[in-house]
Amino acid sequence: MGARLDSAAAGTANYIDERTSIGGFVKFFARKLFPDHWSFMLGEIALYSFIVLLLSGVFLTAFFVPSMTIVEYDGPLATMQGVEMSEAFASTLHMSFEVPGGLLMRQIHHWAALLFTAAIVTHMARVFFTGAFRKPRELNWLVGFTLMILSLAAGFSGYSLPDDVLSGNGLRIIEGVTRSIPIVGEYISYWIFGGEFPGEILIPRLFTMHILLVPGLILVLIALHLFLVFLHKHTQYPGGGRTHKNVVGLPLFPVYTAKAGGFFFVVFGIVALVAAIFTINPVWNYGPYDPSPVSAGTQPDWYILFVDGALRLMPGWLFDVIPMEWEIWGYTLSWNLLVPALILPGLFFGFLALYPWIEAWATGDRGEKHVLDRPRNAPVRTGIGVALITFYVVLVMEGSNDIIANLFHLSLNDLTYFFRIGIFVLPALAFWITRRICFGLQRKDRELVLHGKETGRIVRHEHGEYVEVHEPLTDEERWVLIQHDDIAPLEIEPEFNDRGVRRKGYRWDRFKQWLSRIYFEKRISPVTAEELAEAQEHGHH
Amino acid sequence: MNALARHRYHRAAPVVLVLLLLALIAGIAAAVSTASSAEATTATADDVTEGQKLFAANCASCHGLDAQGTDGVAPSLVGVGAAAVDFQVGTGRMPMQASGPQAIAKRPQFSEEEISQLAAYVASLGAGPAIPTAEQVDPALGDAANGMELFRTNCAMCHGSVGGGGALTQGKYAPNLWETTPTHIYEAMLVGPQSMPVFNDANIDPEGKRDIIAYLKAQDEGSPGGLRLGSIGPVAEGMWGWLVALGLIIASTVWIGARSS
Repeated sequence: MGARLDSAAAGTANYIDERTSIGGFVKFFARKLFPDHWSFMLGEIALYSFIVLLLSGVFLTAFFVPSMTIVEYDGPLATMQGVEMSEAFASTLHMSFEVPGGLLMRQIHHWAALLFTAAIVTHMARVFFTGAFRKPRELNWLVGFTLMILSLAAGFSGYSLPDDVLSGNGLRIIEGVTRSIPIVGEYISYWIFGGEFPGEILIPRLFTMHILLVPGLILVLIALHLFLVFLHKHTQYPGGGRTHKNVVGLPLFPVYTAKAGGFFFVVFGIVALVAAIFTINPVWNYGPYDPSPVSAGTQPDWYILFVDGALRLMPGWLFDVIPMEWEIWGYTLSWNLLVPALILPGLFFGFLALYPWIEAWATGDRGEKHVLDRPRNAPVRTGIGVALITFYVVLVMEGSNDIIANLFHLSLNDLTYFFRIGIFVLPALAFWITRRICFGLQRKDRELVLHGKETGRIVRHEHGEYVEVHEPLTDEERWVLIQHDDIAPLEIEPEFNDRGVRRKGYRWDRFKQWLSRIYFEKRISPVTAEELAEAQEHGHH
Repeated sequence: MNALARHRYHRAAPVVLVLLLLALIAGIAAAVSTASSAEATTATADDVTEGQKLFAANCASCHGLDAQGTDGVAPSLVGVGAAAVDFQVGTGRMPMQASGPQAIAKRPQFSEEEISQLAAYVASLGAGPAIPTAEQVDPALGDAANGMELFRTNCAMCHGSVGGGGALTQGKYAPNLWETTPTHIYEAMLVGPQSMPVFNDANIDPEGKRDIIAYLKAQDEGSPGGLRLGSIGPVAEGMWGWLVALGLIIASTVWIGARSS
């Protein structure tokens, strides 16, 4: 049996190879090495939830009718009997309550969408904190960033398709934000909605965007993303024998094909389990879209919640004196929409997209990096990352302010006042605390290298002195703690040359020095060979 | 060995016994609770006198002995009607537990008889909305679909799309309505307690009110999609997505990524 199977497999492989010469590629890919770490699988979660999205999405398109034609509901749901609704909403109810397995598929699709975006963010955080975006991977960071933005577009367009009250309110906000763009906003809004909101063509348009345009772009960019990973080879955590010029790991075949293949089913299984147990987006609760009602708890899905939060955070009047809505020659300029919904996300995402270049430029570090940083060894970057997350979380909390107020019996107004100050104070505080923690951890590393691990064994010498026995680190352990670069802040030429003539470009250099000092002024240097030798000398006598 | 002796030592025997015991307890509890709630309520002159005594002993310290209210402390109750008393006292909001942004519902302090006596007394002070009849609040007679449309136009902005509750300003809130009895829902619409506006019969007619009750009671069946996470919308879903879905999966990456050697 085994021999027959082997010869059948070999025969098939040979048949294909003789006609495509694919053997070389297979060999190349199968022998490709990957370092092993659980955090390298976060991107895989995003990939697999995207596959789950494609599979369940195909099922849903078989029953969804992307039309805003009004029909009267006639189905099993008592609370919708005879209610007028769009075909989009009616078909969503039909697939939920009359198609076998339809509701489960909808819930799998929606939970997978939440997971997709959450996994992308988590993966991005891993790449950020370990410095995996550094040369040569800056472009791939940008590809990944674009994928993140596309995931938001995919999510939001899908969330709006059922044409229910909740998503309709979301679209209404998008319309308001679009209109706040000076001069062209009104035209863009008319162009998107085909006239006044909500119009009659939006759902078909969103449908095309959701099932064709955005997923198509995502697929292409995922291919590019993975191609670049193959091209650059995977980064690795510091360890013995790992340098910027090699990759230490296990081959794709058989280790990772098995792990990754199995992991797909773990992801699919957990999504299916969650979808089977927990209700998500119960559109039958919200009812068909009607521009007049807005219910309590009207929020977008989590990944858009930060925009909602920014809108809630923004005061209508600054310090009760300066209005945030200006009227200029009969036209309205709504800073209270422009700032939170467009300028702020623009700056936030802009900074995120350009961060690899910002850091390379500020630190002047232009080398190729294939060994990852331990976050503590890049205190400023880690601090910036935690500050960005804090900023984002404050917005998300403000976006959920009514839910928080109700659950914890707090005053909604006080929460908003708190977050209005918190949005400035908390990220700065987070940066400062994180940097301090990083320095503390670095000092602990130095201590470990110089004096070894505490064993808890206390020895009393003959002359009465008590000492704790320290166990020296192994070479492998020590390497991890001392391998990182010790970069000093930028030194620049003096302002005047020896003849007292002012140098050109001095101011620019000073600015770069200032940036470099932010990163490296305060630093804990790793233990040097001399220090180590001295400490060992000291310990032995 | 005979059959009984063999089955006595069956592995499932303890489970069966426990289930039987639980069924017995639940059965007794159900019998007792139906017996106590099956009392008729008709107001008589006696009730008014009894109600006045109860009022003087329990309510007058804030509302005044003549129920005219005290400035800045408690409103006058002349003309609020029996419905207001039945709602406020019947849901335990009155007597108020503590001053705060709003009165909190708690276990009622009075028996049904005492509540009806209090209601009779307050109703005798001036004309006001009466306690609705059982037929007026029977969810089985209402049209849940019409109730859905009325609810989301008039109620959902505070109570949430299916009555899960929501926040109001300055620590006030619109409570969850799933545990509220049909009579209390009806009365709340009639009298507009606390922050709630009054929905009189010109605004929502009695049939409409019953339809709303039918819609709310339709939520008792739970969600066809599984656990409903409080029915408070996407914030809860997002949190569960992060904590449960992503949490479980990341836990499994750590497991898969752990070196076998």
